[in-house]
Amino acid sequence: MDQNVILEVKNLSLNYVTDDGTVYAVNDLNFVLHKGSTLCLVGETGAGKTSTAKAIMGILPHPQSKILSGEVLLEGEDLLKASKKRMQSVRGSKISMIFQDPMTSLNPVMRVSDQVAEVLRLHKAKSRIEAAKMAKEVLLQVGIKEDRITEYPHQFSGGMRQRVGIAMALACSPEILIADEPTTALDVTIQAQVLELMKELKKQYEMAMIMITHDLGIVADVCDYVAVMYAGSIVEYGDRRHIFTNAKHPYTIGLFGCIPDLSIEQEELIPIKGMTPDPSKKPKGCAFAPRCAYATEQCFQETPGNYEIEPGHWVRCLQFRGEDTENV
Amino acid sequence: MSEKLVEVHGLKKYFPTKKGLLHAVDNIDFYINKGETLGLVGESGCGKSTTGRLLLRLIEPTGGEIKIEGQDVMKMGAKEMREFRKKIQIVFQDPYASLDSRFSVYESIEEPLRIHKVYNDPKEMEKRVFELMETVGLAPRVINSFPHELDGGRRQRVGIARALALNPELIVLDEPVSALDVSIQAQILNLLQNLQKQMGLTYLFISHNLSVVKHISDRVAVMYLGKIVEMAETEELFKNPLHPYTKALLSAVPTPRIDIDKQRIVLEGDVPSPIDPPARCRFYNRCYCRCEGCAEQDVQLVEVKPNHFVACMQAQE
Ligand SMILES: Nc1ncnc2c1ncn2[C@@H]1O[C@H](COP(=O)(O)OP(=O)(O)OP(=O)(O)O)[C@@H](O)[C@H]1O
Ligand SMILES: Nc1ncnc2c1ncn2[C@@H]1O[C@H](COP(=O)(O)OP(=O)(O)OP(=O)(O)O)[C@@H](O)[C@H]1O
Ligand SMILES: [Mg+2]
Ligand SMILES: [Mg+2]
Repeated sequence: MDQNVILEVKNLSLNYVTDDGTVYAVNDLNFVLHKGSTLCLVGETGAGKTSTAKAIMGILPHPQSKILSGEVLLEGEDLLKASKKRMQSVRGSKISMIFQDPMTSLNPVMRVSDQVAEVLRLHKAKSRIEAAKMAKEVLLQVGIKEDRITEYPHQFSGGMRQRVGIAMALACSPEILIADEPTTALDVTIQAQVLELMKELKKQYEMAMIMITHDLGIVADVCDYVAVMYAGSIVEYGDRRHIFTNAKHPYTIGLFGCIPDLSIEQEELIPIKGMTPDPSKKPKGCAFAPRCAYATEQCFQETPGNYEIEPGHWVRCLQFRGEDTENV
Repeated sequence: MSEKLVEVHGLKKYFPTKKGLLHAVDNIDFYINKGETLGLVGESGCGKSTTGRLLLRLIEPTGGEIKIEGQDVMKMGAKEMREFRKKIQIVFQDPYASLDSRFSVYESIEEPLRIHKVYNDPKEMEKRVFELMETVGLAPRVINSFPHELDGGRRQRVGIARALALNPELIVLDEPVSALDVSIQAQILNLLQNLQKQMGLTYLFISHNLSVVKHISDRVAVMYLGKIVEMAETEELFKNPLHPYTKALLSAVPTPRIDIDKQRIVLEGDVPSPIDPPARCRFYNRCYCRCEGCAEQDVQLVEVKPNHFVACMQAQE
């Protein structure tokens, strides 16, 4: 295995079984995360971003969700096969997650400093005094000053709460940080603060990061690698240059065409026609075909493979069959 | 010379709270020309929605003047008020919350026509509803659907159809695309622009998304903590922002490009409380250009160049 790879997701498929039917949330997903790098998972509502993150963390809701196939390899160890106890320790010390709504991970009736300290006591077996001291330090790192650390989460603004969420996630110096839309609920100037902070801390802690977002602007800001998700699959994967200067999948191209961009003059937005597919129906062929301007009859029949059109740049679109350097 | 449809002077809305008076909108002046889109941007809680609701008289102002076509809205009699209610409409962010969940698409769009007794003949009313559905791009087959059966984009189209039903002059669009995915957002933005072109509509477009506001607006007003701090034509505002807050706001917007070097101004701290704010520049405590004079008095919105207004003492010099 590549020494540089810290996490690898292989052929992951999972669904949710609900009263209204089965939702095929993640379909044959593959990606690797390199040590110390940032991978952005980008896609619209329902693409399966959060489900992927939860599968990695082992926190999918039971019994509604079911992993159908695949592996989540953390330095070679398949987390999908790991025991509950093992996963608890992985979550504490190897992989942490930040949520869009920081209250998900915060306890509303506990002082902020105590919450961070508790994480440290639990996972790092620190003494009470040591943990309190470290909590103070971590909180200071995210810009929460000592005079406020004994307050409760509801006394904090949205931006401050998210900082506490980050502090909790970082307390045990994880090797991988998964951030699920960490700034979506925040205003732009506060978002800028939080993004700067995350970039700094990432460098300092030498972490790898999976950043989940629907905002290509944030992707451009933080990513080393990008995975564009559509209907539970990664339709395009590459490094930042591949995606931002040489996007090939019609969906990726469509995404760039339909967002207003502050930095350029645009006469008209070019919307992607139609809507995201119903996740309870497993489409035959390519899931994007009904909305795709380039779709041929074959696209409705045949599931596209994953084609590597230049080293490290993968596209899941039949247009590129045969152009790949090595068929997989 | 463009004609002013809306003129607002010294508009205020203070909400009494346990801790004191909350200055949601604090002495603002602006105007909207006929047929244009004025974008109103600013961060959460700065008073955008309150401004929109004041324009419609959904809430009563604490003070100030609102004129529509030269007529003082606050002095209107009952009959004038009824006409006024038709002239201004509003579309909300979350069409899920703004549509009645028990109403079908047909009933939702029909409702304003019914309330204002526009048609006596049910056939004509039906014709109008179908016409409106076509205008906003809703397929006739969804006519009996209920809000929960529609996706966000279609729900927002129903909200827009309702707003159009009475042939308004002005539509207040309060974060109309914020809850939508980008591919659907583009569809709705294009629809709004086409409707404006066809019908000569005037928009007040409220949003916290600067990229969207830049795209759709002719002029933009930037709000901060109940005040308008800057107002100018779109191109001018984005090319040549004068207020330190506007500059920071613009620099904070992530752009989907990797080929431009972004000089980000990261503001420190949070927006202060809008309750009984001190009488000085509202941006004072976070401002990276403040000087002594800024703390001493409040600052007014002043036209420093033709059509470019700014409320900052440094920029006014
Ligand atoms: N607990 C659940 N039960 C049933 N279906 C679910 C559940 N959680 C997610 N889903 C469905 O799985 C699909 C993928 O959802 P997921 O939350 O992973 O998407 P996402 O990309 O994170 O979207 P968003 O941008 O809205 O957060 C969606 O169709 C969603 O409705
Ligand atoms: N009915 C009310 N009673 C008390 N305070 C209110 C009321 N309505 C609004 N406010 C307060 O007035 C201020 C302005 O609110 P407003 O909803 O206009 O902001 P906004 O700019 O639309 O924000 P957002 O982007 O979050 O929608 C906020 O501090 C808000 O809490
Ligand atoms: Mg999600
Ligand atoms: Mg609002």
